[in-house]
Amino acid sequence: MSGVPILSLMLAIPTVAAIACLFAGDRNARLIALAATLVDFALGVMLWANFDIGGAQWQFVESAPLFGRFNYALGIDGMALMLIMLSVFLMPLCILASWESITKRVGLYMAMFLIMEVVMIGVFMAQDLLLFYVFFEAGLIPMYFIIGIWGGANRIYAAFKFFLYTLLGSVLMLIAMIAMIREAGTTDIPTLLNYNFPPEMQTWLWLGFFASLAVKMPMWPVHTWLPDAHVQAPTAGSMILAGVLLKLGSYGFIRFMMPMFPEASAEFMWLVFALSMVAVVYTSLVALVQSDMKKLIAYSSVAHMAIVTAGLYALNQQGIEGALIIMLSHGVVSAALFFCVGVIYDRLHTREIDRYGGLAVNMPAYALFFMLFTMASIGLPGTSGFVGEFLSLAGIYEASSTVAFVCTTGIILGAAYMLYLYRRIVFGELTKDDVKAMPDLNPREWAILAPLAAVALWMGVYPESFLAPMRGDVTTVVARLAPAKPAGDAHLAAGKPKPAAAGHGEASGEAHHAGGVQ
Amino acid sequence: MTADLALIWPELILTIGGLVTLMLGTYAGDRQVGLYQLAAMVTLAAAAAAVLALFGTDATVFSGTLSVDSFGGFAKLLIYAASFICVVIAPRFFKDAMRAEYPVLILFAALGMGIMASSRDLMTLYVGLELNSLASYVLASFMRSDERSSEAGLKYFVLGALASGILLYGISLLYGFTGSTDFATIAAALGGELSIGIIFGIVFVIAGLAFKISAVPFHMWTPDVYEGAPTPVTAFFATAPKVAAMALMTRVVIGAVGPAVGAWQQIVIFLALASIILGAVGAIGQKNIKRLLAYSSINNVGYMLIGLAAGTQQGVEGVLTYLLVYMVTTIGSFLIVLQLRDDRGNQIESIPALAGYSQRRPGLAAAMAVFLFSLAGIPPLFGFWPKYLVFEAAVNANLVPLAVVGIVASVIGAFYYIAIIKTMYFDEKSDTEFPRGTGTVVEDAVITASALWLSVIGYLFIGVLAALSATAAAVLF
Repeated sequence: MSGVPILSLMLAIPTVAAIACLFAGDRNARLIALAATLVDFALGVMLWANFDIGGAQWQFVESAPLFGRFNYALGIDGMALMLIMLSVFLMPLCILASWESITKRVGLYMAMFLIMEVVMIGVFMAQDLLLFYVFFEAGLIPMYFIIGIWGGANRIYAAFKFFLYTLLGSVLMLIAMIAMIREAGTTDIPTLLNYNFPPEMQTWLWLGFFASLAVKMPMWPVHTWLPDAHVQAPTAGSMILAGVLLKLGSYGFIRFMMPMFPEASAEFMWLVFALSMVAVVYTSLVALVQSDMKKLIAYSSVAHMAIVTAGLYALNQQGIEGALIIMLSHGVVSAALFFCVGVIYDRLHTREIDRYGGLAVNMPAYALFFMLFTMASIGLPGTSGFVGEFLSLAGIYEASSTVAFVCTTGIILGAAYMLYLYRRIVFGELTKDDVKAMPDLNPREWAILAPLAAVALWMGVYPESFLAPMRGDVTTVVARLAPAKPAGDAHLAAGKPKPAAAGHGEASGEAHHAGGVQ
Repeated sequence: MTADLALIWPELILTIGGLVTLMLGTYAGDRQVGLYQLAAMVTLAAAAAAVLALFGTDATVFSGTLSVDSFGGFAKLLIYAASFICVVIAPRFFKDAMRAEYPVLILFAALGMGIMASSRDLMTLYVGLELNSLASYVLASFMRSDERSSEAGLKYFVLGALASGILLYGISLLYGFTGSTDFATIAAALGGELSIGIIFGIVFVIAGLAFKISAVPFHMWTPDVYEGAPTPVTAFFATAPKVAAMALMTRVVIGAVGPAVGAWQQIVIFLALASIILGAVGAIGQKNIKRLLAYSSINNVGYMLIGLAAGTQQGVEGVLTYLLVYMVTTIGSFLIVLQLRDDRGNQIESIPALAGYSQRRPGLAAAMAVFLFSLAGIPPLFGFWPKYLVFEAAVNANLVPLAVVGIVASVIGAFYYIAIIKTMYFDEKSDTEFPRGTGTVVEDAVITASALWLSVIGYLFIGVLAALSATAAAVLF
């Protein structure tokens, strides 16, 4: 495997396929896109299989001085690996989800999705600061087209808002990057990760990055582009937006802001906590009163991402690991939920919750899948949501019990709005004639939902598969943060180990397995 | 003297070529388009070859009034290339109205611009500027029977004459207070405390030059002239004179008044920010694509001035790279504007008529989208790179607030660029038909090549561009 530049190959295949799609007919474009994304998924599986857990921090490294001032430098660590896996796993499902619902300008649509894939995995692979920025920003263009051409009635407003909002944040990050490059004299990310910026400079750099990443995440109060974008985007657009694009923000937090500016991170911990607490409660309450299904799930995404930010800024092992698991879990579950909305939207062409009801009667298979993903979103034990939320809340508790208290209410409120949504759509009397006529899942929809369900359960039952590659990287980040980290208010004391377990390891070692393998 | 003549081959070729083309036009008649067209193209190509042959020389000629160096060479190559394309695209646009004066005027304008880019004396500066301006005034009103074209020519002439007056006044002040018209001598005289006369001189000279690069607040002529002038002439105005005037501005600011940083830097910063913001805001309401591109050029000049405001070699390198990328983008966009014709062959300039253009001419719409995203500076398109360079230069020169304001204003700029893309891609088809076969093979090839280069491929040339612009910029420091 060592000779093949597998990361470049993963970028090249969708690029070539995107160009081919532009010139192919509708049917061929669909097939090309599906084939390319499946090949990329296969390559991703190979990547995971060949990833040496506990080996070098950066693996599959490639570097070529192609761009004069900066390098074409790729390489992944465990966190990047998992997020790349998430992207390549969701991509073929997105293509399948658009198989029948997209009928106009299919070639362009598929090309835009494939470019989106290149850009997303490029962000996770980039080992050069400027290369990262290029990929990070490039995502705006395909998403602008996807929302603007194939979106709903108010798509143009949503596309503009998405584009300008996220661009405004990103340009400030560029200035911060220029200042970093000037200070450190390199664009190489692994070098920058170990560079100690002067503390007062860190404050400004942190704010520059925060301006960009908070919008991308999105954090309250700069989240308002998200509900609009989601509601107007086509189903697959929402899937990829919620599934992967939102993770670019939190990836930036853990890749750049925390290890590169540890002092500033500790200094601004209160800000992140405060915004996250407001977001968890406020957006959950907003979600509760929505009458539009997609908007409801969009607000629930903001609430979940707020637990991610709070977990990351707990600045300890459990908090960060939990946040990473929520990122993965939310990627799978929210994509699945958006697809569930898409399934019934394709049949009735409305997202109004009140227009449905009693689907359990005529669509039992659909009701079952929807139930599973609802529970995963709430965080029921056995599903992926539980693992992430438990771990990150444990981490947050260690840092601040108040924040943990407020964030935990998010789970209760989450249960409230998700169950309320489920009750209104799936349960109740089947009275409406057009709803009665809706057929259950077809094989294509099964093919999309079954893998999503399998992964959501896998992550809930045996999260160690996903945690193991990331653990070393999280430890590195925590070690970088250790000198600056403020003391938490939890005052945890290690329990006395039982004599029989004496040689088994320290209490803290057990603690961070606790959420995983019970 | 003879040795000096050997170093100004490009200018000699253009002078002789221009006169030969004029004779050909006079004696063979305006119908012999191919003939004088070819003469002009050969002249420009030969002049460019002469510049290449002289590239790397660093000498001054004619008692230090003109310099032959890589900086001037870089600018001249861009100027000649832009002029060449504007000669090539003309006959299809003018049809029966095509006359031999067009290529002749372009050649003389190119000559004047070459002198601007190489001048190192206030007198040669003025001679080059006027040679270029006089040719440009006539070019703007080239469609004699068209009211808008005549209006554009007149407007350009009146305001241009005013700017020349301001410039001359500044020159006379600088001469009076420093005792020389030579850039190097002026720079040497600016070492100590600045007298009020010198400050006025600097302000007036920069104001006069700001008119030529259409920086705010001296931009008022730009939208009207761009809209009224025949499209090939607009394409010419948007590219070659911008390069020449920007090169001249750089030479004056860095070379002549460089030591008086406090005097010029705040003017340049003001021009930069005002151009960026006004260029962006002014473009929002435009319904005419040529007017919009005029505001876009004002906006882009603002970014170039950020590089200049840094006043460092890195900043000048950024300006040069910016000029090159901007020129490629602008030529590409104007070639597309030329192809906007309805089924009766009428030129379409209204933006709302472009609705659904991507479904009628997908290739051209895609190229236009590339140009617009590139002008907006969105990566991965190559327009991002020169913007990055000028912002980097500003940050490294400790002008962080300038960089921050400039980059935030770029978001306003992005709004109107993506609004055109919205019209072309998101809106339902308008009634205007855009039949195929509107472009020649050459035009299509230029559009394709520039669109491809501005997409990711351009990044592969960063190394070459950096080396080239560093060689050129090093001359001034």
